[in-house]
Amino acid sequence: MAEHAHDIAKHVKVYIVIFAVLMVLTLVTVGVSYLELSIMSAVIVAMFVASIKGSLVACYFMHLIDERKIIYWVLALTVFFFIVLMAIPSLDVHSGEGVVVNR
Amino acid sequence: MSVAEIKYIDKPHPITGLTNGKLGIWLFLASEVMLFGALFSSLILLRVGSSDWPHGKNILDVPLATLNTIILITSSVTMVMAWASLKMDRFDKFKLYMGATIALSCAFLVIKFFEYSPKFSHYEAFLKPAAVSKYEDHLTGKASISGHIEKQTDDEIVFKPDTPKGDHGADHGAEHDGHAEHAEITIDRADIHRLTSFGPWHSNFLGIYFTMTGLHGLHIIGGIVVNAWLLFPGSVMFRKERERFEGRVECAGLYWHFVDLVWIFLFPTLYLL
Repeated sequence: MAEHAHDIAKHVKVYIVIFAVLMVLTLVTVGVSYLELSIMSAVIVAMFVASIKGSLVACYFMHLIDERKIIYWVLALTVFFFIVLMAIPSLDVHSGEGVVVNR
Repeated sequence: MSVAEIKYIDKPHPITGLTNGKLGIWLFLASEVMLFGALFSSLILLRVGSSDWPHGKNILDVPLATLNTIILITSSVTMVMAWASLKMDRFDKFKLYMGATIALSCAFLVIKFFEYSPKFSHYEAFLKPAAVSKYEDHLTGKASISGHIEKQTDDEIVFKPDTPKGDHGADHGAEHDGHAEHAEITIDRADIHRLTSFGPWHSNFLGIYFTMTGLHGLHIIGGIVVNAWLLFPGSVMFRKERERFEGRVECAGLYWHFVDLVWIFLFPTLYLL
C-alpha cells in the first residue's frame, strides 16, 4: 500500500506496542507451562496464546489488517487446506488402526 | 530476438492492486504454510499414536528456546522498522535496523548450535528386559539409563547418569551446576539392548524435533542471505530504483515475519507441551 511518511511514523508506534505485547505473551506462554494443567488444558492455553501472538505478527508486522482482497483470498484458500491437513491425523486415529509407535 | 520485460515490479498491477513480487511472495508463503503444516500434522499423528511421548520440557532446553523466541520476535520488529525507515527516507536507519536483524538472526543460530550440540554427546542405554533388575537402583520408571559416557571398553560402559528424573534437559543444566549428577555406574554391554545419543535417531520425538527446528533453521539461514544482500550489494538500488528496492525489502520482511510466526507455534508445541 502506498503510504506517506507521517502514516509510517504512526505505524512505528504501533510496532513498539505490539513488540511489548508479544514479549509479555511469550512470558505468559512459558509461565503457564509450569502450571500443573491437564494436557488438554495446556494444549488449549498454549495454542490460544500462540494464535494471539501469530495474529499480531500477521496483522501488524505483515500488514494483513490493511491489505488487498486478493491476498485475503489466497490466505482463505490456504487456511482451508491447512485445516484439511490438520484433520488428516484424526481420520487415522478414529479408524482405530493408527500406528502405535514407541516414544 | 526481443527481450521480454517483467512488468509491474515497482508499480501495482491494475487487476491485483499489488506488484507481482508481492503477490509472488504471498503465494510462496501459502506454499510454506502447507510445508510446515504437513510437519505439524505429522507431529500430531506421532504424538497421538504414541504410548509414551516425552514431555518436551524434560528433554529440551526451555531457557535457551525462550531466549531464542525473544530474539526472533525482536528481529521481526527490527525488520519492520527497516522497511519503515526506507518509507520515511531514512536510509541510515534502514542500514542500522537491517544490520540488527541480521545480527539477531545469527544470534538465533548460535544459540541453536548450543542447544543442539550437547544432545550428540549425551546417551541413553536401553536395557534388555532380563537385565533390568540388575540396575534397578538406578532406574527411574523406565528400562533405560541416560547420561554421559565416561569410559567404555569392549565389555562395559561407565555412565555418569542424569538426575533422578532421568531427563536430558535437566542434566544439561547439571553439567554447569555440578551437583545434580549421580555417581558413575558401570553397565555390561551384554545388558544393553540399544545405545544411542539424543540425536534425531533417538526417538520419534527427537526425530520430529530435529526435522522441524532444522527446517526452520534453514529458513533462518535463507533469510540472513537475502537480508545481507539487501543491506550490502542490493542496497545500491535504493538510489536508482527506490520503489523497487522498497518492494524487495517489504517482500523480505514478509518472509522474515513468517519465519517468526512459525517459531511462535513451534516453541510451545515442541518445548512446552
